[in-house]
Amino acid sequence: MNLISKTSPSVGASQARPDALNKVMGHEKFAADYYGPRHLWAGAKRAGIPHGRLISVSTEAAAQVPGVKKILTYTDVKGSNRQGVIQKDQPVLVDDRIRHCGDALALVIAETSQALEAALALISFEYEALPGIFTVAEALKDGAPLIHPAHPGGNCLLSGQLVSGKGLEAFEECDAVVEYAVDLPRQEHAYLETECGEAVYEKGELSIVVSTQTPFRDRAETAQAIGISPEKLRIIAPYCGGGFGGKDGITVQSLLGLAAMACPDIPVKMMWSREESFLSSPKRHAASIHYRLGAKQNGVFHALEVRADFDTGPYDHLGGAVLGLALEHAGGPYRIPHAAIQGRAVYTNNTIGGAFRGFGVPQVAAAMEQAVDLMAEKLSLAPLDIRMKNAVQKGDKIPSGTTLKTSTGIRECLARLKAHPLYQEADAWKKKAPAHMLRGTGMACALHGMGYGPFVPDTAIAKLELTKQGRFRIYFGVVDMGQGNGVTFLQMAGDLLNQNYENLELVLPDTGLTLPCGSASASRSTYTFGNALIQAVETMKIRLTQKAADSLMVGDGDEFCFIPGHLRHLPTGREFPLAQLAALLSQEERITISRYRAPASKETVTKDTALQMHGIPHTVFSYTAHLAHVEIDTLTGGITVCNYAAVTDCGRLINPDLYRQQMQGGIAQGLGYALYEDFITDKGRLLTANLSTYIIPGALDIPPMALSSVDLQENTGPFGMKGVGEICIDPVLPAVANAVADACGGGRCRQWPLTCERMLEILTIPVCPPGADMNRSLI
Amino acid sequence: MKLSFTLNHKALTLETDPDRRVIDLLREDLCLTGTKEACGEGECGACTIRVNKELRLACLMIAAQIEGCFIETIEGLAGPDQALHPVQEAFVQAGAVQCGFCTPGMVMAVTDLLETIPNPDDTRIRKALSGNLCRCTGYQKIMDAARLAAKKENKCLP
Repeated sequence: MNLISKTSPSVGASQARPDALNKVMGHEKFAADYYGPRHLWAGAKRAGIPHGRLISVSTEAAAQVPGVKKILTYTDVKGSNRQGVIQKDQPVLVDDRIRHCGDALALVIAETSQALEAALALISFEYEALPGIFTVAEALKDGAPLIHPAHPGGNCLLSGQLVSGKGLEAFEECDAVVEYAVDLPRQEHAYLETECGEAVYEKGELSIVVSTQTPFRDRAETAQAIGISPEKLRIIAPYCGGGFGGKDGITVQSLLGLAAMACPDIPVKMMWSREESFLSSPKRHAASIHYRLGAKQNGVFHALEVRADFDTGPYDHLGGAVLGLALEHAGGPYRIPHAAIQGRAVYTNNTIGGAFRGFGVPQVAAAMEQAVDLMAEKLSLAPLDIRMKNAVQKGDKIPSGTTLKTSTGIRECLARLKAHPLYQEADAWKKKAPAHMLRGTGMACALHGMGYGPFVPDTAIAKLELTKQGRFRIYFGVVDMGQGNGVTFLQMAGDLLNQNYENLELVLPDTGLTLPCGSASASRSTYTFGNALIQAVETMKIRLTQKAADSLMVGDGDEFCFIPGHLRHLPTGREFPLAQLAALLSQEERITISRYRAPASKETVTKDTALQMHGIPHTVFSYTAHLAHVEIDTLTGGITVCNYAAVTDCGRLINPDLYRQQMQGGIAQGLGYALYEDFITDKGRLLTANLSTYIIPGALDIPPMALSSVDLQENTGPFGMKGVGEICIDPVLPAVANAVADACGGGRCRQWPLTCERMLEILTIPVCPPGADMNRSLI
Repeated sequence: MKLSFTLNHKALTLETDPDRRVIDLLREDLCLTGTKEACGEGECGACTIRVNKELRLACLMIAAQIEGCFIETIEGLAGPDQALHPVQEAFVQAGAVQCGFCTPGMVMAVTDLLETIPNPDDTRIRKALSGNLCRCTGYQKIMDAARLAAKKENKCLP
């Protein structure tokens, strides 16, 4: 059955993804699936201690293991031996200081995975133990040991403050003030494909096939870290088996490069075990956040105070940028004229804090949206009504000071949610709770900025080729990690060129074949590359129709129309196969290239250049309003999310099915964050090192999700779209929190996730009368 | 050891270590990389195969256990000329595939379910999927795919 190839790709239609065909058959080759006929295995010896000064590494015993080819330590690294997206503060192989249990000390290359494992177990090292730092408070104490002694901010990677209006003074003018504090756990990405790849070094050239979100940045970063010219390094990024931010930056790349260069002419594979992945990959930052929200008697928000601390672990990774986005989004999609928003990202010896879908926004939304509900309760307003009263419109500023210049649809989202049966029937549903059960409904909103902010150019370069066979080949350099940007590019090009899928091809990101497109991150993949692609297609259309017009000596290109496989000359009805037209063109003429840079805000929101560098402010935002129905078993503390609804403004939908995929996946991850996913460490060591102790949602845990889009046009977006990849997760935790509070008379938890044990504790605490200040049942 | 078994309807004999993990045998030795490894300890279901028509996890089996067995992997599901199995077709149509790394295991689990219970209700489907983790989809479209596949397969019945 021909599911896809004869279909004409139309923007706006739900269409099956061509990549699904190979994936359902097991034929798609992920980075994990590259095996040469002969290959070596590489693996890293991990420190297993949280903080220490490395004295020496003993590899002699390991080198005796039959099948071991090479063992490398930092002395074998020719390059800077430092990696990192913003600050290069992470060693590839530790040369001085061990800063967390997941640091790599030695790299073993062996003929078999068994020999590799045996050798890794025999490597030992001498070190001088240093006191470990496992909380933000310990890190900032006077006299605390410095994790990066050369860092000018001490153990504080980045701190910043955004003040608008009268700042804190405005609290004196408020009629009602609520406070809320929350401690949020680390969250592990737990993509199914762990970090992996295969590298080969032949004739002075290094080629790495890797599961990554950032092939072009990887090339630059790896090249300088391991000491090879970027021109001699090629990064190939197949379809990635899940990323969610965890593959936004170096994982196996530098280690694999070193291994391959030490053992030339034979492919070297590396695949992290689940435990190694949990140990060494970045996590969503653990955060402690304190909120104070003030309003006038009529429910209009007036003042906001935010203090947020992010545990960024031992390396910058993207910790500063996560803090920046959190600060900018701290006030949610509301007008609050006076605000003082401050935060810190702090080095510790815990696991690395880095990028994870939402990028700091889920943490601040968790606190803000609960503070909003507390205020609604205090002023006896419905949670939805107080949000509508304060929701931003185009032209407003959010509390961080960013002006909303582009499509702003939170009010439309709220209006749609208000009409939803799950909202309308919430009270009736609550009253029907069975014995021993409590039911409640909660909601939460969010906004999410797209792209890199004002300082880092958010660019993509699209390349389009008319092949000799008369098909169109799209070269895209922004990774498809499952979000389906590949098919949206086919839809856009196919729609504009009126070609069926069988006339369209994709070339996946590869620094040797495709052009730089930036990272698959920041909700920007489809937006930025899509805009570049549209320009490349338009140039191609003009070129082809003009060539056809020239060859027929007719007036103009607009006498032609594209039909599948052909150009039709409208006045005569003659049809020219595209392959025939391709034969008339040189290789150069058959290719169009177009670069696009996303708009960057010129607004001065802060004079703090460090915050500007870390992405403040943004220009284009998506919006969403979520609603959850929960049922609490008062005997066990078990929480079931029974139904879920979300209304989103992410512009026009290119492919509604893909929009739903993103929303459903993001909500599921958010429910995991709210209820199950507790990444527990003890002095930097993992206590939840696998999927049987770190619990991610399974099929039995996820409720039916009713999704809709308000479908506003974003004028800067390709076909009117905006990003949806992150906003889907931002308000899930507080929607659940507010539903739980509704169910149990206002009980709220401080330490997340809200496990059964914590829920039972909340249920045993007597409830204060409505209207009392602060979190009424902090535990 | 000399190991003989039937793999995707073809008889096969090969030389291997008796304690070779079946997942390594399939992926590394036989180049059948459709069976994925995502945890290596039986928690995620990405390496789901069928052994004598029963679901098994290839990461928890060793070569000696499959002597004389009838093994089916994701690569053996499609018909001649690579025509998609109705379950595979349903996954494509229902949009149940995102990154695709859990997909082969999910397809195997749904295929097995529908062979046992042709018309499962939602609870039965969720239970059947509960041994397979997916981090992209939130399972909703995988549920849709299972329902769609059931509909397709039942139509084919006499």
